Amino acid sequence: MKRLFLLGLVMMATAITYAGGYRVSLQGQRGLAMGHTGVAVVNNAELAFFNPAGLVFLENKINAAVGVSAVFSDVVWQNDEFGQMARTDSPTGTPFYAYFSYKLSEKFTLGLAAYTPYGSSVAWEKDWAGSHLVNDIELAAIYVQALASYKITDNLSVGGGPIYVNGSVNFNRNLNRTLTDLEGNRSNVTIDASGVSAWGWSAGAMWEPVDSLRIGVNYRSEILVEAENGDADFQNIPNSPLTPFEDTQFDATLPLPAELSIGASYQLNDQWLFAFDYNRTFWDVYRSLDLDFAQPGIPDSNNPRNYKDASIYRFGLQYTANETFTLRAGYYFDESPVQSGYFAPETPRNDSNNFTGGLSVNVTDKIAIDASFLYSRFEEVNESYDPDPSEFPNYEGEAFGGTYKSSAFVPGLGVTIKI
Amino acid sequence: MKNYFKYMAVLALGIVSCEPELDNAIEDGGLYSNGSADFSNYVALGNSLTAGYADGALYITGQENSYPNILAEKFALAQDTDGFTQPLVNDNAGGLLLGGTVIAQNRFVLAVDAEGNPAPARYTGAAPTTDITNKLSGSFNNMGVPGAKSYHLVAPGYGNVNGVAAGAANPYFARFASADNATVLGDALAQNPTFFTLWIGNNDVLSFATSGGAGEFQLNNTDFTTYGPNDITDPNAFAFVYNSIVQQLAGAEGAGAEGVLINIPDVSNIPFFKVVPSNPIPLDEATAGALNAQFGAYNTQILPGLVQAGLLTEAEANSRKITFAAGSQNFMTIVDEDLTDITGILQQPPFSLDAQTAGLLGQLRQATSADLIPLTSASFVGTAVDGNPMLVNGVSVPLGDEHVLTAAEQELVANATAMYNQAIQGIADNYSLGLVDANSLLEQIDSDGGLLYQGTPISSRFVEGGAFSLDGVHLTPRGYAVIANEIVNEINTTYSADVPNVNVGDYGTVTLSQDVQ
Repeated sequence: MKRLFLLGLVMMATAITYAGGYRVSLQGQRGLAMGHTGVAVVNNAELAFFNPAGLVFLENKINAAVGVSAVFSDVVWQNDEFGQMARTDSPTGTPFYAYFSYKLSEKFTLGLAAYTPYGSSVAWEKDWAGSHLVNDIELAAIYVQALASYKITDNLSVGGGPIYVNGSVNFNRNLNRTLTDLEGNRSNVTIDASGVSAWGWSAGAMWEPVDSLRIGVNYRSEILVEAENGDADFQNIPNSPLTPFEDTQFDATLPLPAELSIGASYQLNDQWLFAFDYNRTFWDVYRSLDLDFAQPGIPDSNNPRNYKDASIYRFGLQYTANETFTLRAGYYFDESPVQSGYFAPETPRNDSNNFTGGLSVNVTDKIAIDASFLYSRFEEVNESYDPDPSEFPNYEGEAFGGTYKSSAFVPGLGVTIKI
Repeated sequence: MKNYFKYMAVLALGIVSCEPELDNAIEDGGLYSNGSADFSNYVALGNSLTAGYADGALYITGQENSYPNILAEKFALAQDTDGFTQPLVNDNAGGLLLGGTVIAQNRFVLAVDAEGNPAPARYTGAAPTTDITNKLSGSFNNMGVPGAKSYHLVAPGYGNVNGVAAGAANPYFARFASADNATVLGDALAQNPTFFTLWIGNNDVLSFATSGGAGEFQLNNTDFTTYGPNDITDPNAFAFVYNSIVQQLAGAEGAGAEGVLINIPDVSNIPFFKVVPSNPIPLDEATAGALNAQFGAYNTQILPGLVQAGLLTEAEANSRKITFAAGSQNFMTIVDEDLTDITGILQQPPFSLDAQTAGLLGQLRQATSADLIPLTSASFVGTAVDGNPMLVNGVSVPLGDEHVLTAAEQELVANATAMYNQAIQGIADNYSLGLVDANSLLEQIDSDGGLLYQGTPISSRFVEGGAFSLDGVHLTPRGYAVIANEIVNEINTTYSADVPNVNVGDYGTVTLSQDVQ
């Protein structure tokens, strides 16, 4: 017992990651504990997310995995020249997952999945120095997916299915750096859209070329969440024909980018499993967040993002200590899609080193408790939001920059059921 | 097993409480420094500019954006301070009451008029609620008193509420003076300042200028008690009182505080004198012709006759000619007190004019581009007297002295300002204090196209320029932020300090509102 505890500490110290942009890589406690690898790992129903092709390789007839994480993520910003600083007091995010698979035959498994791969919740102090870019934002997208997994040969399978997305966004920012009403209250706008639906798909393949070695590939399509007739609520607008802002509707499109994962896992012996995943997230699609207001007198809002495709490199290992305990650890390097000069405080992410760890406890033959944690380490970065006018001629704001540092710690708990 | 989870939970909570920390965090202190200055108790002395007065009134958000308040926020980053208090008024409407009677109007806001043009108008969305008979308790770090001249800072009774109605005391100081016979300087010294800023003397010339030169230049008169409200303070008397104020603040026998002096901008740089042109009169061919015919004998006979008689110089006679032309840019007619008064002569032979006509021509001339018209005269020029279209102010009825700051009057202002600034410079050197040259700063802001300050354009253009508020005299929050930043730079140089700069673009300019009736 004592030996296990010490090992646990060591693994915590080598913990793993979290992702750039508003991608939240927390789709399974077992996978996360191993650096959020899993495209080539056959472990439990988490495969519904990581690679549905692998579901058919699960031994039991019925598999289920559910879990939830608590995201404690904050950012501090300061500008040395002007002595300004601010900290986020972001609400705790609670991304969750629920996976279920049912083996119809040796060759065919059906599944259902619900998970939350995209989301963001950042709350700066109201009217902070960068409030013309964002005061607070809450972004959530729930993916619900029906799955099928088919074994072509004993060592090759494919799987996939359609994804239904239900998304919501709530975003508040001040209109500019100085506009106030007569009492000095800053003019701001809240945009709110919820129940926005969209469709997509994912598909994967898994191959076991030799015993103990698996190779997997999985692709999840881009999904454009198109909010129509969302509510735009303007507050503290001066009573003046010069500022014709009134509550109205807006249209906007928020892309949930496609993601390609390729990976391999190797079962060294009964105890040790190694896994490696490579993710490519196609962030290029997020060029600008444009709000088109219904009221013709209100100028449309262009918010250049200029994200670029980004890669994540994930490494994980699993140690099966005995029939009861399985320990995991991992690391991933997360490349930020945010480019220099486009560092918006709404998702202030630079590259990060991420450390993960966790364990499973088999309570009975059928039920296991899965625990994981993630610590994301960001370097301090001196960055600014200053879109290139030649690329974004419609953007009129002024540059905003300073020193940022982010941190994220994410404990998570889940249950695996095999029947 | 149970223990294991317990440890895990403890460990998890431990990490959760770890917020992101920067290597050199402002919060940790030590990033900035006060150098050889001591900001622990900063007191600001001055007039409306120090109080945060803007848009023709003192209101809360203006006070919050006063340059001393901005400075105090920066000082608090460089050193632990005792805080900074201001005698905040009651509202953002800005007017003042004396026992329920309105004695100062509400602020200006930028409204859109019937023709769709943005123009300043008095805010009427709320009645004034700041009654000066409600005395504030406690002391205040911001001792800026709107309307104060140099010698008012040392005048006992300047804050006596009973003297306000008669004009013997100041309504703003009456709100927070420690006693009826208190002085502004005395109340400042009672706070034992360790650091001060002093920006005083503007009103010693400004009220003369904004009144169109209605007062006198009290050259060599050192008795302040004989001064009228629109007079220019004698430069020697100014230097004496200014030195005595600084001596008590900074002198070894006084409070011994460090500080920064701010000099006096030339008032001809303010938009107050740039909005109304001296040639705004539109005339059609027929009217111009009729007017020229009316002044024909005056131009061609009377004036040359007076030159011939040796009563006027050729140059003065030329300056007194009145001519109009069809078009939109005719210069107004004005009464210039610096001209030879020919009223009496014109009533005698050979002119033998009636008293009324002689009086009209007595000190008449046409304005030139060198004459400045106060903003407050905008609503007066071009109006008809008693609705009579034959009596138009600025055309057939010459503008009185109070509507024109003539070139000669401007010179008095410029000379006095230069002498004040010379005195301030000498006193700053004497006491080894910092000195901010607000005069040259505002001159740059007034230059063509204004100034690009920290990348933010700022100019003295009325309404749009960003530096001046809607009264055309006082600054906007952005204008005050520029002053604060200049003071920071001066402090950093003079006292080897490292006080962070002011982010000027974070401060607004004019306030919009349509609540103007």
